[in-house]
Amino acid sequence: MTSLSQANRIEALPDTFVSDRLARRKLRHVQERIIEFVLFLAACVSVATTLGIVVILLTESFVFFQQVSLWDFLTDNQWTPLFADAHYGILPLLSGTLVSSMVALLVAIPLGTIIAIYLSEFAPFTVREVAKPFLELLSGIPTIVYGYFALLFVTPLLQKLIPGLPGFNLLSAGIVMGIMIIPTVSSVSEDAMRAVPMALREGSYAMGATRFQTAIRVVTPAAFSGIAAAYILGISRAVGETMILAVAAGMQPNLTWNPLEPAATITAYIVQVALGDLPHGSIGYQTIFAAGLTLALMTLFFNVLGHMLRRRYRQAY
Amino acid sequence: MSEQTTRLESIRALIAAHKRWDLVFATVGVLALMVGVLTFVALFAQMMIDGGPRLSWDFFTNFPSRKPDQAGILSAWVGSTLVMIVTAATAVPLGVGAGVYLEEYAPKNWMTDLIEINVTNLAGVPSIVYGLLALGLFVYGFGFGQSILTAGLTLGLLILPVVIVATREAIRSIPAVIREGAYALGATKWQTTSHHILPYSTAGIMTGVIIGMARAIGETAPVITIGALTFIAFLPAAPLSGDPPAGLFDWVMSPFTVMPIQMFNWTSRPEAAFHQNAAAAGLVLVLMTLSMNALAIYIRYRLRKTIKW
Repeated sequence: MTSLSQANRIEALPDTFVSDRLARRKLRHVQERIIEFVLFLAACVSVATTLGIVVILLTESFVFFQQVSLWDFLTDNQWTPLFADAHYGILPLLSGTLVSSMVALLVAIPLGTIIAIYLSEFAPFTVREVAKPFLELLSGIPTIVYGYFALLFVTPLLQKLIPGLPGFNLLSAGIVMGIMIIPTVSSVSEDAMRAVPMALREGSYAMGATRFQTAIRVVTPAAFSGIAAAYILGISRAVGETMILAVAAGMQPNLTWNPLEPAATITAYIVQVALGDLPHGSIGYQTIFAAGLTLALMTLFFNVLGHMLRRRYRQAY
Repeated sequence: MSEQTTRLESIRALIAAHKRWDLVFATVGVLALMVGVLTFVALFAQMMIDGGPRLSWDFFTNFPSRKPDQAGILSAWVGSTLVMIVTAATAVPLGVGAGVYLEEYAPKNWMTDLIEINVTNLAGVPSIVYGLLALGLFVYGFGFGQSILTAGLTLGLLILPVVIVATREAIRSIPAVIREGAYALGATKWQTTSHHILPYSTAGIMTGVIIGMARAIGETAPVITIGALTFIAFLPAAPLSGDPPAGLFDWVMSPFTVMPIQMFNWTSRPEAAFHQNAAAAGLVLVLMTLSMNALAIYIRYRLRKTIKW
């Protein structure tokens, strides 16, 4: 009796009620697919950016290398694309980049590693809670401000220690760049050290080792690939750094291995050309893309290396 | 007996020596941290002493000038603000959209892997390379010229990885129970996302956006590379002003300068008076980025303390 009345009631419902709901559901389904597609497109923008970088650098450099042979580019020891007697040897820019990065790493790697070990193994909780955000703030300062600091504070200071130091030099730019990179090195290394299981430390303490012995002989070797990844990230940041060098190291290409001299880096050269008024499509315009391609390949190499090392340490435990 | 005591004492001496190394290293660690602190203090003090006296109302309302004591940062801070609007309008929808897609929608296939690897790699690309991309693509390829639009899009792409990573981390911290609850009530995927996932991850996403914007506002290299001018003594036309009236979005095509470029310009001049202007501009810039970063750190701190799923 009740089932009959229920059946009657369902029949009594107007047809539009059911089909309306079905139609709404169908519409919603279409809507869902559209939204998913739009989100997918947003995710694809990052891939498009990479493709854009590769295509732009390659096509513009291709035009450049039609006029300058790759051999000259890699072996000529003068870089004077804007002079009447034009030479297109990347070596002077490369030496500036490498020397300044070397100075930066000599500052950032020891200090960054010590800070990482200290924060991970020694520091009391409160010190860590204050120091970590502070280091983060340090890495948030605009690089142009660091450039100003290198040129007008560190260089005069160094000139008192090293008489005859020119106003533009790779040393002061490199030191400031190193300080800028410390947070990168220390935070990635510290993450790697904290990922080392507690049991390893406890084992070491149980054998009577002190904190220092545990940190140096157990934790650091166990976290080694992560620490190496931190160093490589630091190198990649140093190589790509622009404004500190453009401001404090001068913009004169100079094939030198002496950090006390002024020199231009790849990045500083790009800035110098961009500041001038080079017509689109001229050889001078294309040189910055060739220089940019060299830079991108260098950082890509370091990034891939760092990525592989980091993946290894992730799998270790 | 005495032999035993001497052995005991030598062991005690060894332990004491090892413990001393602990103390030595802890001191070295604090000193290393101090290098960072001292740099920060020196940098700040140098700018305060050099540029502090230059900070006045006029400094914010004057255009750059050949006379250092009359020069100001009006066109620079207006330019920075407008560029940041375009940057946020680019990076926030794209970054959040991509983050939501990767966390909630993406199937496990090679395409997803490609996008993920790509985001990681983009974060490591030097900023000046983005400048070259923008120079080739936006300035000459699309014909946007050296405009606010070009700069905003460039910086938007630059901070995209930061926003994507922050969005993903915020979403990942939401427990599966929330999603399951919504699905159990018949919600669709987008309803679940827009009613639950996005509102609950807003604070986390905001930290990423703020950190990204703080980075973008201080970026100099990519903006110089697209050929932004260093001397601008006019403002972009405000919407609907002038004769004939400017369109609502005419300002995006206007030439511009930004704070870091203005500072670079003043730093690279030989006169000390311009260095004071550079210091003052730097002070404004640092205070802006620091307060943005501090805000982000604070939000994250609050989040960690208050949210317990």
